Amino acid sequence: MKIYVPLDAAAKALGSDDVAAAIVSEAGRRGVTVDIVRNGSRGMVWLEPLVEVETLTGRVAFGPFEIADVAGLFGDLSLHAKALGQTENLPWMKGQTRLTFARVGVIDPLSLTDYATHGGLVGLRRALNMTGQDVVAELVASGLRGRGGAGFPTGIKWKTVAEAKADRKYIVCNADEGDSATFADRMLMEGDPFTLIEGMAIAGLAVGATKGFVYIRSEYPHAVAVMSRAIVLARAEGILGGSVLRSGRAFDMEVRVGAGAYVCGEETSLLNSLEGKRGVVRAKPPLPALEGFLGKPTVVNNVISLATVPVILERGAAFYQDFGLGRSRGTIPLQIAGNVKFGGLYECAFGLSLGEIVDKIGGGTLSGRPVKAVQVGGPLGAYFPRTLFDTPFGYEEFAGKDGLIGHAGLTVFDDSADMLRQARFAMEFCAIESCGKCTPCRIGAVRGVETVDRIARGDAAAIPLLTDLCNTMKAGSLCALGGFTPYPVMSALIHFPDDFRAKEAAE
Amino acid sequence: MTDDISAQVTEILALHQGREGALLPILHDIQAAFGMVPQEVLPQIAKALNISKAEVHGVVTFYHDFRDRRAGAHVVKLCRAEACQAVGADRVAAHAQNVLGIDWHGTTPDGRLTLEPVFCLGLCACGPAALVDGRVVGRVDEARFDALIAGVRA
Repeated sequence: MKIYVPLDAAAKALGSDDVAAAIVSEAGRRGVTVDIVRNGSRGMVWLEPLVEVETLTGRVAFGPFEIADVAGLFGDLSLHAKALGQTENLPWMKGQTRLTFARVGVIDPLSLTDYATHGGLVGLRRALNMTGQDVVAELVASGLRGRGGAGFPTGIKWKTVAEAKADRKYIVCNADEGDSATFADRMLMEGDPFTLIEGMAIAGLAVGATKGFVYIRSEYPHAVAVMSRAIVLARAEGILGGSVLRSGRAFDMEVRVGAGAYVCGEETSLLNSLEGKRGVVRAKPPLPALEGFLGKPTVVNNVISLATVPVILERGAAFYQDFGLGRSRGTIPLQIAGNVKFGGLYECAFGLSLGEIVDKIGGGTLSGRPVKAVQVGGPLGAYFPRTLFDTPFGYEEFAGKDGLIGHAGLTVFDDSADMLRQARFAMEFCAIESCGKCTPCRIGAVRGVETVDRIARGDAAAIPLLTDLCNTMKAGSLCALGGFTPYPVMSALIHFPDDFRAKEAAE
Repeated sequence: MTDDISAQVTEILALHQGREGALLPILHDIQAAFGMVPQEVLPQIAKALNISKAEVHGVVTFYHDFRDRRAGAHVVKLCRAEACQAVGADRVAAHAQNVLGIDWHGTTPDGRLTLEPVFCLGLCACGPAALVDGRVVGRVDEARFDALIAGVRA
């Protein structure tokens, strides 16, 4: 009897380890042999721990699973109290286009046999038979843009690195996923680490880099463990090392662990951290593509960008770029979080409206109260009111509404949220996490907290001051931390003016 | 610095010899060994990496993770980020501080427990989230927090 119990951190946080242990012990008591596979998460976090049993007709899901539900697994499965039917037929699964996350939740994350059976390594093998130039051209044609949030075309970045002349080049994977509401990087590294390895190896071959780093935040101990183990396994199988898949071409990589600094998700700050320095932002130019890690040409890409490379190489640029809208091509793993009924990861083509995502897929709030605001793109993203729910999910579309999609995380708030408090938090967070290099961010954020407090005390004269301060931070900061903190602050102020007046009236 | 500490640091430094950008991995290992990054080990690290003591100090103090004193026997980290706020993290945090009688980064007088804020554990669809001695916990309300505390204090 083959039973899947996720090892994903969200599943663990909801008790999957205890469930797995209980299944083993119950099976032992009954003398039944069970093969427990610790898979990644299917992304339906409200159903976690989601246990699956392999049957003749496919995998059948049960959840949210509790210890008390274990005994039922050994009887008639169709009568099980938590039976949900076939996993693939659940509405959440059927509505998706899983390209980057095709294997996550399906395979044993650390089984290379599983990986290869489900299409793994096809992209890398194809890349090995192409010139670096052709691989880069394929990436450019796919329309893939940086999934970390900046949306820069991945292929163009690779082209710059490929054309740079240097004795050494590097591939750096930014896995410092610090934005609240985002967990796609974590889920991918925990659920299908070989995809990231394959994507990085392809990147290395394409641009002529032989060394890669995955910089993972220390808040992700499980991702660090799975990723590190996967690298050891990939090296043992000759996917990494002196001769990638016996091609005679070298690429190897290692995991590096951050140390709790949000700003290190910014690429130049990350590079400094990787070099063993303070995670202070560097001025650009020079671009990291020309002078990156240790001053050498470096590709810095987000986990999802790199993990999407294998499927593009496997199925071709035309296939990938056929999905999406406008200049946002392909699919995007939406991460629906916060006060939401059905929270989790949902990969689909760009173009769904914000309303469809929040109300239809997410099912509205968990509390049952009306949705007041949705913060899109993490702590540096704007708060969207219901009146903007017709905004289609795409880079330009969100920018056009003074927002950003960022790493595609969405935090839903119900009507009990106080938007002045959220604006204050944005400034407070920026003050705590500022690297200190540029003045608008370092001092602006502190002044921002004070100014919001003045507004809270009923000082309406502080409102234009806050607007002015936000303009200064936006225009004058070196990186997105100081430069984008105005997004949540100003969107809260503009779309929810009542919250900035209410306290005044109460005085 | 005792010879014992120095010998341990030498051992850690040897593990990372020749590694590109070795300082963060070294500091993580130092903290794992001593539960903190003791001031007295900085010169030895600086010498090994051929950088100044001030540079090492600058790095140690930049990152939230590195401690200058040991934490309590158990460390509870509560997420303070937006997705957890949306489901009551502020309320749970206030409860935690109240029950333990300490502020963020504080340790209970008996030295048993340290309370720390964390900005996102990637458990944003099952918040409020916590990390208790490295173990992830989701949907932490006041009652679950009390149970967690009872668990680690037992």
